[in-house]
Amino acid sequence: MLSTEKSAALRHEVETFLYDEAALLDEWRLEEWLGLLTEDASYHIPATDTPDGDPRTSLFIIADDILRIRSRVKQLLGRFAHAETPHSRTRRLVGNVRVRSVEGDVIRATANFAVYRTRMEQLDTYVGRYEYVLVRQADGGLKIRERRAILDLDSLRPQGKVSIIL
Amino acid sequence: MAQPGDFRARRVAGRPVILVRSDDGQVRVLLNTCTHRGALVCRTQSGNARSFQCAYHAWTFNSRGELVGVPGEDAYSLSFDRKDFALAQPRVDSYRGFVFVNFTPEGESLSDYLAGAKEFLDLVCDQSEVGMEVVPGAQLYSMRANWKLLVENSFDGYHGLPTHQRYFQFLVETGGLDMTERLPGRALALGNGHAVIEYEPPWGRLVAQWNPVFGETKKAEIETVYAKLEAKFGAEWARRVSRTSRNLLIFPNLIINDLMAVTIRTFFPVSPDYMEVSAWALEPQDESAEDRAIRLDNFLTFLGPGGFATPDDVEMLESCQKGFANREVMWSDISRGMNRAEPVPTDELQMRAFWRRWHDLLTLRPTKAEAQRAA
Repeated sequence: MLSTEKSAALRHEVETFLYDEAALLDEWRLEEWLGLLTEDASYHIPATDTPDGDPRTSLFIIADDILRIRSRVKQLLGRFAHAETPHSRTRRLVGNVRVRSVEGDVIRATANFAVYRTRMEQLDTYVGRYEYVLVRQADGGLKIRERRAILDLDSLRPQGKVSIIL
Repeated sequence: MAQPGDFRARRVAGRPVILVRSDDGQVRVLLNTCTHRGALVCRTQSGNARSFQCAYHAWTFNSRGELVGVPGEDAYSLSFDRKDFALAQPRVDSYRGFVFVNFTPEGESLSDYLAGAKEFLDLVCDQSEVGMEVVPGAQLYSMRANWKLLVENSFDGYHGLPTHQRYFQFLVETGGLDMTERLPGRALALGNGHAVIEYEPPWGRLVAQWNPVFGETKKAEIETVYAKLEAKFGAEWARRVSRTSRNLLIFPNLIINDLMAVTIRTFFPVSPDYMEVSAWALEPQDESAEDRAIRLDNFLTFLGPGGFATPDDVEMLESCQKGFANREVMWSDISRGMNRAEPVPTDELQMRAFWRRWHDLLTLRPTKAEAQRAA
């Protein structure tokens, strides 16, 4: 167990990290966002009817490894990601940040999110929770090894898709 | 749905239904409406149940839909007969494990209805020696567009490169084929509005076309799968099962696309400019854990609301819907390939097959069976 003081400091650090991450995504600074990820990072969104699924045995909405995450960013910043050309405006509210466990360099944290996306006079809302696995780096900073966005939606209706990074 | 009592609650054509394996082993579709006062008797999406009890007044129905429990039954008259209150069952038939429901009590058989589409369902199902199954996890999404646009889009070889350039770039970067030429293959009308495109794809298929993304170690294994298919079905059928892809429309709104993975997709209009889409992954029951993971991974590169392709389809169809506000453009032109004796997948014969059937139905042109009944 961490002391109360230490755990408050850690939660503050994780909160700051997640708020900064949200700002990079909202500002479409996706190359910089990639810098927050480890070399073996994953980004998952389970299907809305299997929130506890495993991408090896159930169908997801997104189950990217680091190669696909990088490709996704490259595509989103390129000319041919029609669903995001022109880019959406997004606004992320990240809250209820909780540090769930600390084991060596590995910190597990969860947070709630509401992501608002506007584009072409349409407003889409994505609500859910994040499950993060963060890793303490040699320089003292944090990086993301696992990033799972679990939607509290019955379906992607009327959102229709997840074309932004959620 | 292997065990008695396994059920799925679904909405089909706007109607709540329960697909259930009854205690006698038979698969039934029960209308999810209490025969007492109309409430849903099943309000969970899936599970296993010996019976369905309406929460409103606790009428209880068994897995065959029979009414087996009525609290305070003595308040009803002597003529009250539980048999009159079974959950209604629409016509149900299945082909290769695909269960179809028909809300009209009579009409042609499923086999007659499917017509030439059966051959292509066979090609999909012959990937497995024991049968295919739907993997857990449904992609439930929507499009702010007319449902018929998704019919066209689901087997439109022409849109592949411009709409999905980013996917094909990704494919080339990860060792897939460069698809700068047209898709070698064909387009066929299969009767009753069903249609298909069948072609040699640029992506790998575990059954059984090796691709660098699978890694060298899978090469021999995939050869073995191919050899087995050849021994069982002969060279031509084996080639079609494994080395061709197909985008199949079962008229009017069921798509089975056998690509880098197999997706089942169905969609229903909610209004002229909005549809709900549901999609699943179909995989061999007997595949290894490793192959299942690879197939699911392949699926997600292209397909679904978070893939590298489908979101752009959603964007394009919604873009069409917006564009249609200008009535001066009166028609969608789907004449590609009309100058060819044998249209190819980048032509539009498959769309014409759909629209012709749709037009027949909208103009009340009777089918042969209906004409006979009228006479």
